[in-house]
Amino acid sequence: MSISRALHPPRLTPERGALVERLAERAKFIRLETVRLARIAGAGHYTGTFSAAEIFASLYYAELRYRPQEPSWPDRDRFVLSKGHAAIGLYPVLADVGFFDAAELDDYTRLDSSFGDHPDMRKIKGIDFSSGSLGHGLSISVGIALAARVQGRRYRTYCLTGDGELAEGQIWEAAMAAGQFRLGSLVCIVDRNHLSIDGNTEDLMGVEPLQEKFQAFRWKVQRIDGHDLDAILDAFSSLDSDAEGAPQVIIAETIKGRGVTRMEGDVGWHVGKLDGSDYDDVIAELRGGLRPVGARANNG
Amino acid sequence: MAEQPVSRGAEALANSTNAQDLSEVFRGSAGGEHVLKDARSTRGIEERSVPAFVAGQELADLADADRRIVVLTADLANANRTADFAKRHPDRFFNVGVAEQNMVSVAAGMASTGLVPFVATFASYLALLACEQIRTDCAYTGMPVRLLGHHSGMSLGFYGTSHHSLEDISLMRTIADMTVVCAADANELRAILRLSLDWPGAMYIRLGRGRDPEVYATPPAALRIGRAIRLRDGSDLTMISTGSQVRACLDAAELLAADGISVRVVDMHTIRPLDTDEIMAAATETAAVLTVEEHNRTGGLGSAVAETLADAGLPTALCRHGVPDVHVVLGPPAALYARYQLDADGVVSKARELLLTSKGAGT
Repeated sequence: MSISRALHPPRLTPERGALVERLAERAKFIRLETVRLARIAGAGHYTGTFSAAEIFASLYYAELRYRPQEPSWPDRDRFVLSKGHAAIGLYPVLADVGFFDAAELDDYTRLDSSFGDHPDMRKIKGIDFSSGSLGHGLSISVGIALAARVQGRRYRTYCLTGDGELAEGQIWEAAMAAGQFRLGSLVCIVDRNHLSIDGNTEDLMGVEPLQEKFQAFRWKVQRIDGHDLDAILDAFSSLDSDAEGAPQVIIAETIKGRGVTRMEGDVGWHVGKLDGSDYDDVIAELRGGLRPVGARANNG
Repeated sequence: MAEQPVSRGAEALANSTNAQDLSEVFRGSAGGEHVLKDARSTRGIEERSVPAFVAGQELADLADADRRIVVLTADLANANRTADFAKRHPDRFFNVGVAEQNMVSVAAGMASTGLVPFVATFASYLALLACEQIRTDCAYTGMPVRLLGHHSGMSLGFYGTSHHSLEDISLMRTIADMTVVCAADANELRAILRLSLDWPGAMYIRLGRGRDPEVYATPPAALRIGRAIRLRDGSDLTMISTGSQVRACLDAAELLAADGISVRVVDMHTIRPLDTDEIMAAATETAAVLTVEEHNRTGGLGSAVAETLADAGLPTALCRHGVPDVHVVLGPPAALYARYQLDADGVVSKARELLLTSKGAGT
């Protein structure tokens, strides 16, 4: 069985240019909303969300098929946020595309809010599965992809994992199962931002060589710049559509904290808090759009 | 002091016959009817035994009519006879290899699409190894995953502590939104499986070693999840038991009746939600309560009953009988049951002790 898929306009067409421009604008929106919501909570997972902003934007504004007015549409593509701590960047997207009223986010993390640091599928429309405990999401996604086979459905299952998360053994149990069952409808995206809480992944618990690892587990691998929207769209476009083929992983090379100069590559901002003028400075920087990597902000 | 009943030599018998049982674990008790026939002819208590790993067959029957059912196991398809399901519904059977945590989360993912997954493996590798996956991916999310933990307790005998599951009831019953049920025999399991199809949320179903002596001649039609079954009425003492120990309690009650002691026996098949009405009835209508379970005596059925009585402020004479708070010694299963007084003779001894103490306390 082949998989239903979205078609993206080819590079160098006006349609593609317009799409990329829109996605860049939505990635900016994701970062700005992350900063706003983190201020409500008093702290937030800024950097691991910023590294995934272009991935979120490309998924929800270009790639995934879903119906906000029918959240449990059985043929929708599924998205499992295995790195659940990036939910702060996903909630604004779900509101923006119409799953719920954006005003609901104003109570983010407050007592009795539906919206916590990690997403709850029982409380939030558009969340396909709850997450927060690292290492589970790929197994969940394997189950959802197997269910498509059992039920004869043609959706695709996307799973976003972190890279520190790859130290969890369960990830590799799931990777092995996906290869064994030839889950061609399963797409794993690794947000390869190189930092986990205590430092560089390769200093702490090295995950490389990542392509070779996934290939050895019988996956098809692409490795791209995870902030390059054209590269993300190309990676989606080149996914095989054979549901019985190899599972597919997109290793997205990203920068933790991308978009806010003071946070880029800084291990100290995994969970952080922005106060006073720092908050205003960060908002101002984000409104200006992405700068070249390593550039110092005027106010930084 | 009352005289102890004469031992029927169960330990010696067990030591001579149970090695064979455990060699059959990994190829399944499907080894053939001749095994059971031999068992009937050579073993006292095994005369009532029936093949209890009926889950594969029963689920295959149910799946003919219910397209939601899928079955997963972790390299134990023959041991737990889910192979019987695989033969009839190969497209709805998934053997994930020796990866229990993955299996539980995979099942949760499947359940999110409307399927009703049944996962089966040794209780120790389900409830203990995959405990966090059960809580986070099945219970917290309200997914209707059915977790069949077989060879629970110390029924894997000389395989040792790594394979024993004497903590699973305790772990499972403290997880919010979980349902916890123990099957006393094959027929009760059939009834539980049928009821489970439309029960909301995750369910842990604790099973024995696959050749449990019969308690129910047919699947009990009156079984309701959360409502205990009173198997025998009496006034001197209530035995509240679950799973593998229900048969031992019935046999013990029979032995005590010969001495004029009237025993009520309750099959508390559901540990959560707990039938507190039946516990209160036992506490108010009979003189003492003896809980009996193949589980660490801390945290399981006995603790749940004690909590109920304490919450109600009742000064009921209570004995929580189970496996002591140790890693048990090695041995064939029946020998272990004899050692830890979890056979009929042992339960009789505990009952007599309790009656003596409770009478002493009353005077």
